[in-house]
Amino acid sequence: MRIKLDSEKCQGHGRCYSLAPSLFESDDEGYAVLIGGEGNERDVPAEHEREARLAVDNCPEFAITLD
Amino acid sequence: MQDTEKPPVADWATDFDHTHPDYAARAPEIWDELRDTCPVAHTERFGGAWLPTRYEDVAAIANDCEHFSSEGVIVNFWKPEGLAPTGYAPPITADPPFHAISRRILLPAFSPKAMEKWEPATRAVCNELIDEILATGADVVDAAEQYAQHIPVRVIAEMLGLPAGDGDIFRGFIHRILENPGGDFALNYEDTLDYYLDKVIQDHKQNPRDDLIGFLLNAEMEGQPLTEPHIRGTVALLLIAGIDTTWSAIGASLWHLSQTPSDRKRLVDDRSLFPFAVEEFLRFYAPVTMARIVAEETEVGGQKLGKRDWVLLPFPSANRDPEYFERADEFVIDRERNRHVAFGLGIHRCLGSNLARMELQVALEEWMKRIPEFELADGDGVRWSTGQVRGPRTLPVRILQNEAAN
Repeated sequence: MRIKLDSEKCQGHGRCYSLAPSLFESDDEGYAVLIGGEGNERDVPAEHEREARLAVDNCPEFAITLD
Repeated sequence: MQDTEKPPVADWATDFDHTHPDYAARAPEIWDELRDTCPVAHTERFGGAWLPTRYEDVAAIANDCEHFSSEGVIVNFWKPEGLAPTGYAPPITADPPFHAISRRILLPAFSPKAMEKWEPATRAVCNELIDEILATGADVVDAAEQYAQHIPVRVIAEMLGLPAGDGDIFRGFIHRILENPGGDFALNYEDTLDYYLDKVIQDHKQNPRDDLIGFLLNAEMEGQPLTEPHIRGTVALLLIAGIDTTWSAIGASLWHLSQTPSDRKRLVDDRSLFPFAVEEFLRFYAPVTMARIVAEETEVGGQKLGKRDWVLLPFPSANRDPEYFERADEFVIDRERNRHVAFGLGIHRCLGSNLARMELQVALEEWMKRIPEFELADGDGVRWSTGQVRGPRTLPVRILQNEAAN
């Protein structure tokens, strides 16, 4: 499972790093940053799959996708 | 104009009035009816205004800064003109490209990290208020007047470096600007928000302090200090936007809990539910309806919107659209899929969302910790605010069980 963040769409609602702190963090302005991302995507280890789904399902800007 | 003088609304689809007491009393029903049948309502009041009710239309407008300007964000009889791209209170009244520059200055001060340091102070404020409530020994208390309304006032006053005792003055400004917009014209200058703010800004200049006003006085935009109207407008924004919005969210959440014993029990039994509950309170009881002025003629939901028309953005109606949410009309306290738009969408996403979330969660946690059992004492005694910020202004509840000592 891979997770992708579209930084162009992110408006800093902060849902992803609240609900999926293993995968996302905030920059100084509150925009989302993918932790350990190569570019703006990374693999999701099995133990973080629930967090990944929560991040996707709660982003009001549809900036996060899972493949 | 007093609320009682507003002409009655015969048809919400063609003559709506969001400042009418009937709208305050039953807005969710009105949105549901319009969404099913209209779905973009119009009124000739306020010089012509539109009210889209579907998620799709609200989102499309929020994301379209080309056809819609933020020059005016409070629908009233006076329509700002020639103030773009800065507007009176940047960045909320600003359009691109000025918007991004003026917003960027403020973002670090309202980041989640910056908010963490205000959490203990917020908790202390909540507990002081609960101490005062319980010390009266009364069975029936007003959860809006004695609790919800004070929390955001005290926190933002401390952040800005304004006297905490000025709460009544702030609420007076807010009532005039948001609940009775346009009413400022008859005032003496000494009674206006501008006069108050100029005074506190001058005081900060003479006695520099490490607070948000001090921060704005030292801030630079493209190498230049901010102009005085910019600073004054931004402080006005932080003061106004940061108070009755969160007060409304806290009050509406307690209104819900006062009538829903099962949700009270779930929050008492499982504190890990709070973050999800807070988001569902924000979805179901979103307080804020924003507005735009049409900059270029365009079409929304099959209606042609004329240049300079007002458009309301009822985020709470979008949040109850069954096309977008499963079980949209139900409050689901552990909802895990919740892309609500209580804080708006696009470039104008509420700057204070991290502050509001923190305040709402802390206010509910502390109340539920110390007053886990309470019920609505008098349903007819609940009065909802008129205008673009919706929440209970009076909320009589009966305390059934409490923990006096923290």
